[in-house]
Parts: sequence; C-alpha cells; structure tokens
Amino acid sequence: MKEVEMKMLERAKALLESGEVARVVAWKKGDFCFDPSPAVFESVEELDTFVYDWFCGANLSKYLIQIAKKEGKTAVFLKPCDTYSFNQLVKEHRIDREKVYVIAVECLAKLDVEKMKAKGVSMIESVEVVDKDVHVKTAYGEETLYKPDVVLTKCETCNKTHQAKDEEIILHERPERDVNRFAEVEKLEAMTEDERFAFWRNQLSKCIRCNACRNVCPACSCVKCVFDNPASGISAKANDDQFEEQLFHIIRAFHVAGRCTDCGECSRVCPQNIPLHLLNRKFIKDIDGLYGEFQAGETTEGKTPLTSFTEGDVEPKDVFNGEAK
Amino acid sequence: MQDVSTEKKEFTPNIVAFCCNWCSYAGADLAGSSRLTYPANVKIIRVPCSCRVNPMFVLKAFQRGADGVILCGCHPGDCHYVTGNYYTRRRMALLYSFLNYMGIEKERTRVEWVSAAEGARFASVMNDFVKQVTELGENKRLTDLRVKEGE
Amino acid sequence: MQRIGVFICWCGSNIAATVDVEKVAEVIKSEPGVVYAANYQYMCSENGQQLVKQAIKEHNLTGIVIGACSPRMHEATFRKAAEAAGLNPYMVEVANIREHCSWIHKDMEEATEKAVILVRTAIAKVKLNAPLMAGESPVVKRALVIGGGIAGIQAALDIADAGFEVDIVEKNATIGGRMAQIDKTFPTLDCSACILTPKMVDCAQHEKIDILSYSEVEDVKGFVGNFNVKIRRKARFVDETKCTGCKICMEKCPSKKGLNEFNMNLNTRPAIYIPFAQAIPNVAVIDPTQCIKMKTGKCGICQKFCGVGAIDYEQKDTFIERQYGAIVVATGFKPISVDNFNEYGYNDNKDVITSLELERLMNAAGPTNGVLLRPSDGEHPKVITFIQCVGSRDTSGCGKPYCSKICCMYTAKHAMLIREKYPDTEVHVFYIDVRTPGKNYDEFFRRAVEQYGVDYIKGMVGKVYNENGKLMVQGSNLIDNEQITIESDLVVLAAAIEPEPSVRKIATLLTASIDTNNFLTESHAKLRPVESPTAGVYLAGVCQGPKDIPETVSQASACAAKVIGLLVKDKLKTNPCVATPDETMCNGCSQCANVCPYGAITYVEKEFRLGGGKTEIRRVASVNPAVCQGCGACTVTCPSGAMDLKGFSSKQIMSEVEAICKM
Repeated sequence: MKEVEMKMLERAKALLESGEVARVVAWKKGDFCFDPSPAVFESVEELDTFVYDWFCGANLSKYLIQIAKKEGKTAVFLKPCDTYSFNQLVKEHRIDREKVYVIAVECLAKLDVEKMKAKGVSMIESVEVVDKDVHVKTAYGEETLYKPDVVLTKCETCNKTHQAKDEEIILHERPERDVNRFAEVEKLEAMTEDERFAFWRNQLSKCIRCNACRNVCPACSCVKCVFDNPASGISAKANDDQFEEQLFHIIRAFHVAGRCTDCGECSRVCPQNIPLHLLNRKFIKDIDGLYGEFQAGETTEGKTPLTSFTEGDVEPKDVFNGEAK
Repeated sequence: MQDVSTEKKEFTPNIVAFCCNWCSYAGADLAGSSRLTYPANVKIIRVPCSCRVNPMFVLKAFQRGADGVILCGCHPGDCHYVTGNYYTRRRMALLYSFLNYMGIEKERTRVEWVSAAEGARFASVMNDFVKQVTELGENKRLTDLRVKEGE
Repeated sequence: MQRIGVFICWCGSNIAATVDVEKVAEVIKSEPGVVYAANYQYMCSENGQQLVKQAIKEHNLTGIVIGACSPRMHEATFRKAAEAAGLNPYMVEVANIREHCSWIHKDMEEATEKAVILVRTAIAKVKLNAPLMAGESPVVKRALVIGGGIAGIQAALDIADAGFEVDIVEKNATIGGRMAQIDKTFPTLDCSACILTPKMVDCAQHEKIDILSYSEVEDVKGFVGNFNVKIRRKARFVDETKCTGCKICMEKCPSKKGLNEFNMNLNTRPAIYIPFAQAIPNVAVIDPTQCIKMKTGKCGICQKFCGVGAIDYEQKDTFIERQYGAIVVATGFKPISVDNFNEYGYNDNKDVITSLELERLMNAAGPTNGVLLRPSDGEHPKVITFIQCVGSRDTSGCGKPYCSKICCMYTAKHAMLIREKYPDTEVHVFYIDVRTPGKNYDEFFRRAVEQYGVDYIKGMVGKVYNENGKLMVQGSNLIDNEQITIESDLVVLAAAIEPEPSVRKIATLLTASIDTNNFLTESHAKLRPVESPTAGVYLAGVCQGPKDIPETVSQASACAAKVIGLLVKDKLKTNPCVATPDETMCNGCSQCANVCPYGAITYVEKEFRLGGGKTEIRRVASVNPAVCQGCGACTVTCPSGAMDLKGFSSKQIMSEVEAICKM
C-alpha cells in the first residue's frame, strides 16, 4: 500500500507541477491513522498531507460535481467502485468528463474502524496488512485481526473493476471472487412479511435523520433535494406532517433506483449502522431479475431501467420476491 | 386515535384509486352509467396518465391511513400518450415489490389496466380489491414505520 | 385569500335520489375557504350556468367546484361559464358525484358521505389551482413530404390542391418509388406506370409543389406548425436547371457496367443515367463509382456531348434550410434480403428470383422488354413455382414476424398474368394461407385458380436445389398429406417487405416513435391512424405498416386532410396543462427527456445567481409547451421533483390524497 501511495503522490506532484491539472482530488491525513478524509490539493506544498491507505474508503466522485466546474482540469483518484458513480454522474451531465483526469487506483478492500473496535481493538496507532492478516499497532501493544472480518461492508461483496480511467496505478490485481451481493436481501425475502416488517421497523427506528446517507450518496446529488422542496408536497416544514420523516428511506431508495451503483457509501456513513444498502440492493436485485442485468455507471450513455421498457414487461401483480411468477 | 365506536362497526377500508383520464376514469364513468355497484369506500383521483402517479402519492395515501391503493391505466399498448403506462408498469412493479420487502402486505397494492369500454371490469376489479383489503384489515404498517419501539 | 364557490347539481333525480344534495351543500359551506355553496336541479342548463356566473361576480369567487356528472362530460361547459364571468377557466374543478357516486351506490347515507368527501377533494385541489393560459404558436403554411413514392405524391398533390406549398424530398434521382417498378396492379390489372406517371407529371407541373429529388433530410428542429428542416441536396454532377433529359450522354458514356437498380440489378446502365424513361425530374445523374472521369480524371465524353453544358464533375453536396408547418413521412419499403434463406437457394441459382425481379422481367420497359425469359439462359420457363411467405409470418428470427399483406395478391396476379400470356406454362404456388380481404380481392384470387388454372398447394417448401439444370422444389402438400417435388424452370420468392431502412434516422430526427419492426407508430391504432404521436407529423404508406396501393393512397389523402386542417389555422392553441421545470432545482440530468414520447424536452445552459454577486452556468430542462401533451411521465422520472405538471401538480394530487384519507 505504501508503494501505491508513493506512486500516487509522485503523479499528483507531477500533474500539479506541470500545470496539466489545476487541482487533485484525493485523501488527506486525519488526526488518527484511521480517519483520512477527502481533500482538494491545489499546490505541491499542500500535498504534504496526502495519504492513501487502508482507511481511504470514501468515494470521491460526488465532490467532482462542484470541484470540476472550476477553471482548469481536475485530477481525481478513483477506486474501482468509485468509477461507477463517476460514470453515472457523467451520464447525468453533472460532471464534464473532459474536465476530469481520472487516475484509477488499486483497492484491495478498505478497513472499517468500527468493526475493528468491535473486535476489542482500540487506540489504534498504525495498521499493516499482509494477505488476510491485519496487524494493528495500538497503544497497548500489537494485535492481528482477520481481514475479511474487518473490511467495510461494501467491500465484502465487491467485485467491481475500473470503468473509467485516463491512467492507472495498480500494483496488485485483486483476485476475482465468488460472492453473492444479494445474499442478505435473499435472507430478508425468505422471511415472512411480519418478520420483514419487524426487521425494518427496528432498523429504521434508529434513524436520527442526520441526512448523512443523502449527503454522501453520489446519486443523491440534486441541486435541490426533493425533501427540501415545498412544491413537491412531501417536504415537512410543519411538525404536523410526518410524511417525510416516516417514509424518507423508502422515497430515497426509489429516487436512486436504476441510478444507484451500489457503492455502499450510505451504509458506511450511517452513524446508527442501519444497513441502508439493503434497500438499494433490493431494487438492484429486482431490476436484474425482472428486466435483465443492469449495472448503473458501467457506461456513460444509455437509459436506465426506469426510463426504458419492453412491451412484454412483467405485470406488477406477477412480481414475487423480485422475480416474475 | 380510533374511538371505540369504530370497533363496533364492521371494518370498511379506505381505498384510493388513481385513474388515468383516457381509459380507466372513462371506464369508471361507464361503470356508473351502467349502474354497476361497488363499495363507496373507493375514491377516485383523476390523473392525465397512469405515468403521472408518483410513488410518493401512493406512499402519502398509505401514510395518511389509506388501507389500499390501486392504480388503473390504459392497457399496455393502448396508452393515450403512447408509452406512459409502460413506465408505470415498471415503476409500480418495483415499488410494490419493494414495499412488500419492507413488510407491507402486497395485497394492499395493485395495478390494473381498465379500458374505457370495460365498465363492468372496473366494477368487478374494485369489488375484488375492496374484499381483499377488507380481509387484511386496517393498514398500520406504513403509518408508523419509523415510530420508535415502545412509543 | 381564497374564495371558493361550490355548486351541487341534482341532475334531476340522477344525483338527488341517492345523494342528499341539500346536506352536501350545507356541510361544504363550513369548509375553510368556501364562501358560497348552492345546489340546483341542472347545473349544466342555461340557468345553472347563470347561477355560476352570478355567484362568481357577486361573491368575488377565486375558484369554483361543481359537484355534478363526470368532468369528461361538462368540465368544458363550466370552464366556459367561468371564463364568461371573468374567472380563469382553469380555476374550475368538477367533483364527479354522479358516475362515481350516486349511480353506483344505493344507500343514501353512504352516498351522501362519499359525495361530501369527493367535493372536499375537489376543493382541496382547486385551492392549489393556478390560472392557466392556453399559449399560441404560429403556423408556417408549407408542408414537407418525405418520400416521393405514390404515398408522398398523393399527399403532396392533395395538400397542394388545397393551396398550400409542398416540398417533396426524395432520396433517389426520381420520384415514383416502388410503384414505378411494378408492372401491373391488382385487382384490376391496370398498368402501374400508366396510372402513376400522370400523377408524377402533375407533381412536376404543380405550381405549389417543389420536388427536391436526390435529397435527404439531414436535421429537424422545431415543433408542430414550426419545423425547421435542413435538407441535403446530394451532388448529381448534372445541373438540374440545365439538363433537358435528351439522353445523349447516356448513349455516349463509355462506362456501361453499372448495375441498373431500377431493374433490380438484372441488367446494366451507363455511369450517367436517367433511372427510367418517365423519370421526374427528367434529369441525368452521374454514378461516381462508375464514372471514368471521376475515377481516373480522363474521359469527360458526356461533358463534350452535352449541348447545354449541364455536366459538372466538381459539384458538391449543398444544404438548404426550410420551414414547415407539417411533415408527412412516406418513406416506403423495400423487399427484405433473401440471402439468409439458404433453403431457397437464391444466391446459388440465377433462376430463383424475387417477385419484384419478376415484375421487371415482365415489364415492357424491363431488361427483357416484357418477354418472360429466365435469367440463366434466356429461355422461356415452362414450369414456374411461386413460394409465398418468404420471410413473412416468420418467428424463427430469419424473417419478419408480421404478414406483409400484399404478397398473396401479387402472387395471384403474377400467376394469372403468366397463364394468360403463356398458356403453355405450368404455374404452382406454395402457400401457408391465402389472405385476400379487400374489395374484389377474393374474386381476383378465385379467378386465378378457377379460370386460369393456377395450381395452389397448401404447404411449405423445405428445399430448392439444382439437379441437372432443373430447379427441384421440394415441399409438403398438406391437403393431400404428402411430400412433393416439382421440377421447375423458374422459382419466384414472395419476399416479405420491410420499412425502408432510412426511416430509422427520420424517426429519430422527428422524435416519432417506431416499433421493433421499424414501422412508425401511429398515435392511436384505431382512431388516429395517420398521425404520429409527435404533433404535426403524419404517416402515409408502408412506413406505418404493410399495405397495398389503394390503402396507401387513402392513407396519403387522409394525411393530406390532416395537414390541410393544420395549415389553414393561423395559430395553434396549445394545451396549457403541460410540464414545466423549476429551473432552480433542475439537475439537467436528461432523465425526463428519456421518457418524453414527444421530444418536448430539450436542455439549455442558463446562468443562475448564487448570491454574493456570483453566478453559475447550469444545464437545465426546457419544455416546449407547443409539443408537450401533458402526460406527466417526466414528472415522476425527475429525481429532484423539479418537473411538475400544470393542472395536475404534485401538490394538487397530494392534497387530493390527503382529503380522501382524512377520515
């Protein structure tokens, strides 16, 4: 990982120095080793805080909507999953592809500090990963964790590959894995209606409406969100209308249906650990099952499953668990 | 909220029916002029095309206490606006499947294609849907999905 | 402050017998915003309307609700009444308490209760209504006809006869289309050229018609009443204004190996040519792939011999732009390629031909001067076998799933003509079904069988193969339930027809919808069969679906009637209930344009103030109200809710939902 980071830094420097790009969107060091954050670097000096490590899980593509509008070209480092969001935004004319220089970077999954803490590891000082072993140095000593136990949920079932790149920095290829990203959805589908309702009521009652999911979601990038729009008839300005509050997640999931790339950022940032990605994945699974495999963000052109149709589409009444009866 | 008196009465569900102006609304008119009866708890909202129905309207109805929501449009291929109901079909297939995934009984939601000539069908569809929702009882799930435990 | 007036109609006893109209009016009176409520026996009557007008004036009403019959019945009546009283007609809502209430319920209490809810719902909506104005857009009094076949010719003549300018854009060097290639027409057997060419001449001589031959539509902008069309005039290397059609160039041209497309490539033509004797315009064209001068720089013989100096080897494509009020699409068809049907051996045997090739072989102006000679050795064929449904009604993927409709009749025609001209010829026809609906069609077919002794065999052909110079046609005879082999001299394939492939591009340019078989879709299969869903675009001929000449001509005239009906108007009133984006919220994501069936949505770059003196340029949706039909598909597709529909806004529908659910 250090090697990859060095190469990235080298390229960032070169691009800024040559004036080829006006800025680089990447990650900068946080207060601790596990909290790097997205950042814009506009000069070589600023690159002192540049970082790319096992905790750089954040998807940088959404930031480009605003940043890439600025004068000059913007370079960005994109992990495989991030490129889908990037393409989707290009498709929706939110990012001008010509103004962005995409450097595809390797990703061998990112770590979830919350999961590490849950394993009893605290006061983390540094992390080193060797194959499936995560060697953690803490204030109390050293510990080794099993990597698959502590990666971000979105990385657990990821098989994504870069869909956009102007150049790449990839030193290690991630092996293709046999994973079923719909396993959790299927588990829920197998439950009774009562059980499902209990599950979701339990999960969604944790929601504090902090809007973190909406703010991080690359598909939720409206100039003005429908929930903030009084003309939509759904925004809740007055306390007597609980509509927005109660159905926020359902409406949000429908709004991004067909456009959600399954980047998993919603679940990553949820402070209440609500498995929000399971909402979006239900739509993805249904779309795949009913209208043919579709991966949003694979291309920068074409219609989405909800803006297209075939004459022989399944009738709503014949849909059961995402499959035609 | 519900007072005691409603318990005594037999449960009659409140049904919201969205009907497209060109086919289903006209079908409902024909049911009327043919004097075909269906329960009074079905109330129709006229929309230009079934594709005007935003899933938010459906959700709003449930959240405000509707016990069933039915959406009626022209038969696929006959849409006055050529393709409108094809989009409706996909949207509602996904929405209804999703609501069921959240634990909402799928019998509360329905899409039917009713042409302007199918007055009898309109009435029988409504009778059938009302019966189905009556059997399920009151909709509580979408009105309190986010109500915290114990409240 | 809203001042709503409510009027409850008795409709005689139609409503009043089941709904307590007095009570409804009484209850509604106390609804917030309602300042006036009345009930009356017949609201739609003169007196009823007078009541509405009076109340609007006396009570300064800002909106009215009529509780009466279906809005499909009298909404327009009450809107007019409101307008007459000075209230915007779109400030009227109708609560349907007859068809949706009194007529379907028996219990008075129940029906009255429901009527109250329905009226309340209408009040909830009308409170959010906004005054709407029907827009106006001017009409350019000129029509464009794309395609110069019989459909285009007929449409153009009819429109021009009504006094409007018409341009015909034809991609080939002459108008006339497929009909010009046909020898005789069913069921009357008149000579195709004899009935077509006078119409072609009429077109050429009509002062209102401008024929743009050898031209193609490049780009279409605008909308009904106001299309702006860019037309490419392909270089024909001959000055159209100078050429007299004397044909001396054709005689002198040393390059004579170009395949003659008009004769289905059955013979050759010079590099400079006029497609056929009666071509309109009667002007030569140079095929640059065959012209020696253009290939090697040496020759120029035609230029030397041309008495009027019409030849111009340097000519380039030019572009013209014109405005039109209406567009007729009449792009026609072509027979499908039969290359894929290996079983019929079309590519391996010269004497396996298609029906259109047979037309040319039988035509007096064709390669054999009308004498039926087979292509391989120029002999008279003695046994001719026809195979119907080649690629029609074919779900194997090789052909087309639809019935091409014309093949049964033209095959009967061919068989009959051959038997008449060459009585010693044996004619067999393999068919799946014979379909002859049409005036005098079945009689025609029966004549072929009964009078001319054509041998019709119900069954499919499995294989055509060559054995010692004879074509062996192996098939099944389903009536006798046996396999048969017919030794034939000539095999004629009734190939399916398909829309001319260039129609796809035209459809895209016009945002006219097209089906999976490339046929243009009509606005309503039964009631609006010649209109495209895109306003101002009309469909004539096979581009809309398989059809024969009489049907094509009727459809073309129907198109013309529609076009004339449009062009006589000076201005078009537009439906005000159209989609409209809130630009401050629009993402410019293009999702709405993806679902718009009319191509009413485009995107523009606009500058927005951000505050602090800063501005930002954003791409936002723009709806053309003259094109939008108000379906609302875009409103649901819009992720930000920026797109809304006037007259059926999200807020209005939401408030209706709330009113119904408020128990």
